[in-house]
Amino acid sequence: MADQNDAPVLEISDLRLSYYTRMGEVPAVMDFSLTIAKGESVGLVGESGCGKSTVANGIMRYMGNNGGIVGGTIKFKGRDMAEMSEEEVRQLRGKDIAMIYQEPMASLNPSMTIGNQLMEVPIEHESISEQEAHDRVFEMLEAVHIPDPKRLMDSFPHQISGGQQQRVVIAMALLSKPALLLLDEPTTALDVTVEAGIVELIAELSREAGTSLLYISHNLGLMLEVCDRISVMYSGEVVEEGHIDSIFEWPKHPYTHGLFGCIPLPHADKNARPLVAIPGQLPLPHERPTGCYFGPRCGFFEAGRCDGNSIPITEVDTDDDPAHRVRCLRWNEIDHEAALPEADTRPPIEIGETVLEVADMKKYYEVSDNSLAAMISGATAKEVKANESISFRAAEGETVAIVGESGCGKSTFAKVLMGLEQATEGEVRLSGTDIGGIAVRERTPEQLASLQMVFQNPNDTLNPSLSVGAQIGRVIKRFGIESDPGKIQQRVFELLDTVKLPREFARRKPRQLSGGQKQRIGIARAFAGNPKTVIADEPISALDVSVAAAVTELLMDIQRENRTTLLFISHDLSAVRYLADRVVVMYLGQIMERGQTDEVFSPPYHPYTEALLSAVPIADPQVQKRRIVLEGNLPSPLDPPKGCPFSTRCPRRIGAICDDEVPPLQIAADRHVIACHISMDELREVEPVISLSKPETTAA
Amino acid sequence: MTDSQPEAIPQPDSLFVKGIKSIALLKESPVGMFGGFIVLMFVILAIFAPILAPFDPNSPILPFAYPGDRAPDGRMFLLGTDHIGRDILSRIIWGGQRVLFYATAATLSAYVVGIIMGLSAGYFRGWIDEVLSFFANVILSFPIMVLYVMIIAKVGASGANIVFAVVFASSPGIMRIVRGVTLDIATRDYIAAAQTRGEGPWYIMLVEILPNARGPLIVDFCLRMGYTTITIGALGFLGLGLPPPDPDWGGMITETRAFVTGGFPHMAILPAFAVSLLVLGFNLLADGLREVSMRD
Repeated sequence: MADQNDAPVLEISDLRLSYYTRMGEVPAVMDFSLTIAKGESVGLVGESGCGKSTVANGIMRYMGNNGGIVGGTIKFKGRDMAEMSEEEVRQLRGKDIAMIYQEPMASLNPSMTIGNQLMEVPIEHESISEQEAHDRVFEMLEAVHIPDPKRLMDSFPHQISGGQQQRVVIAMALLSKPALLLLDEPTTALDVTVEAGIVELIAELSREAGTSLLYISHNLGLMLEVCDRISVMYSGEVVEEGHIDSIFEWPKHPYTHGLFGCIPLPHADKNARPLVAIPGQLPLPHERPTGCYFGPRCGFFEAGRCDGNSIPITEVDTDDDPAHRVRCLRWNEIDHEAALPEADTRPPIEIGETVLEVADMKKYYEVSDNSLAAMISGATAKEVKANESISFRAAEGETVAIVGESGCGKSTFAKVLMGLEQATEGEVRLSGTDIGGIAVRERTPEQLASLQMVFQNPNDTLNPSLSVGAQIGRVIKRFGIESDPGKIQQRVFELLDTVKLPREFARRKPRQLSGGQKQRIGIARAFAGNPKTVIADEPISALDVSVAAAVTELLMDIQRENRTTLLFISHDLSAVRYLADRVVVMYLGQIMERGQTDEVFSPPYHPYTEALLSAVPIADPQVQKRRIVLEGNLPSPLDPPKGCPFSTRCPRRIGAICDDEVPPLQIAADRHVIACHISMDELREVEPVISLSKPETTAA
Repeated sequence: MTDSQPEAIPQPDSLFVKGIKSIALLKESPVGMFGGFIVLMFVILAIFAPILAPFDPNSPILPFAYPGDRAPDGRMFLLGTDHIGRDILSRIIWGGQRVLFYATAATLSAYVVGIIMGLSAGYFRGWIDEVLSFFANVILSFPIMVLYVMIIAKVGASGANIVFAVVFASSPGIMRIVRGVTLDIATRDYIAAAQTRGEGPWYIMLVEILPNARGPLIVDFCLRMGYTTITIGALGFLGLGLPPPDPDWGGMITETRAFVTGGFPHMAILPAFAVSLLVLGFNLLADGLREVSMRD
């Protein structure tokens, strides 16, 4: 923790930031105060639109053409930044304050080698010789654990993986030895196992150099792992702040509390303890209510009190954390434990007959290789094995999750199921008929109707030119559910009721809807034809925590009602643990492990499952995790390892057998299969990655 | 910076309100407004030509009259008359009607052809794309004026043939734009959603893709209206335009260009000015539309 004697690196008091739009001045951040001591790591959490990125831009004094600092002061090492000249601020940026953004590729110049763009930093800020700069860059790249820095310095950004790009960006940010590092969702675009490595790296580097961190994220679990203190923001205000333990163990603000109710923590259960979404949605900046901004969504709202004057932030004196403050009038009156709106428990869904059976399905793509060497040898076509021997079954009413990181072939698999691609080999039987080789144009209307899909990107899932009603109605008409326009209209209304949206939305265009609402329409559209099986491809990964919880619950309610088979494709193990009955873990196109959810989430594990479980941040201080950080990158699917696909990164690799021989399918229990060379007995002895422990009472 | 702008949920708009709104958006671009005003003026002149034109455009009244001279019946020739004695203002108004009619007809036809080719190339890809793109490249590699002269010389000068020539020469350019936009839109999830409910390719192209390509197409349409106006003027000037005696701006310049140095420059300069003004109008309108569409 920070040395209390040092002057704070950053001191923000009463900061107000606004944007100027056609509607006039829109306050984006209000009454924001924050102090970061040397070496301290402070988190800024909140959902999109809460103003957390605006704070970071305000600190950098980079508010764009339409933004500005309206009030308050930002002091950097005791100096008021408003009094600095433009040139001084420019010198400060990148040298004393560095920023890391979400998209690493957007931070790197695609037309310069990595070495050259990194060398620019010390040359610009410290005017040292090129040789010195070169050596410094080399050392820094070693410090961020990049294998073979020499080769990397001669590469261009597009030639390296996303995780390595982000490491380069971090190296660039740290080259000038900044006192403060701003990280705006630095790992959100990365896979979880890569994220785990980056998080560890940032912590390690800041510990060594004493750099202060301001960590911006929507991910509470990640915050728990990286921050000393956090501030929770809602609609431009900090609603609660304090040491990480006090916030996680005694959250006082109803919003903070609500956020925790939305996260699928290990103790949540889709039947016994379902997620509780926060009702309503974030107010638009120019439509904020008077008094407490969270008032209209709050279960403890008291008319006449909460909607009066604006609410000051007050100290919480019931715990021993002096930094714990909350912006709520009633924080002392609410007993969250007792008042927790007991979400109705739901009867478990009865699993029926097998609906979908995939047997030894393979999907290979041909990629033409135009290199000279390939032309000489005559082998101009290479095969990408996107899916290799995929087998599993899914029954009526069952939720099967397909888990894996990007490039594992899960989306290809979805495409084959939907008929957008054809299987190279093997069978995909839907209600007994093999549809793996039938293109979507050749499928019968019944086959089409019985297999529908919910897509990932809410902004892409609906046609922006057509009204919501027309898009749902088209499905009803296509699948012959109804043909009379009046009845179609009626059915559209019923579906809107089902996804809990007002009927007048039928007339709206997609751009008039929020992300969560679009995703609900996507669900309504998928269920419009009464499908037997629905494939949901990362349906909640682009949504905010509270919205995702509502969409997840909705999806499961509809599934329960229609006894639909749900194939839930995801990289998010927390969500998968929460809602799946069975899990299929994929890596590089192959199934590593499959089985019942609780079987997969406890030993024996496949080493990859084990690493995945360890990498997922869990927003619960009572959960103890064993840290496993994977080295290296995902191998190219063009040139996969000969034996086990995971052998290049496996921490439990036992020897040459892993590289050379395809691992056997070992049966751990009935329908629990692990593809690994390690003997089942050994795998059984592995300690669980996640364990619940009594919370240590850590005094601040 | 998505963070600072929460998703807005505006009220639903009726089609009418939407139309008004998109025109009202132009208000934010003074340049676009100015261009729109010029175009609108020519459109009004064209529509009400029978009322607005003071004289019959084809009847000789008084040759070599200067602007301001009066006809035998006392009415004024605001812009003078030409060498045969026809009122220049009336000929410009009637000529504008014909230019606008043929430019619109030709550009629209070129759009129909270009859109169909572009959608097919972008959606089906493969050999269809290769064949269409090859022909487009061949046509686009010709100097455009040479191409026009060759076509008109071959098929003869008439309104319909001008339309044909413009379609032939312009549709490859339109195809390229549509193809590019289609390639992008075809990867969106809502296209996959349409495919997985068994929609046919033409439904997907026309209903799901085309409406979303309208942004760049509307801007390009305005620009292309300007090009076509120039083309029709140039063909008229070369004697390959609309057959006389009906007024045609390019033809008016050709007929009277001998008198420019002879003390009657207004005879040729005024129709030339009309061409420039209309083209300027289209270009400014396109600029304004682009500016407005970039903003949102």
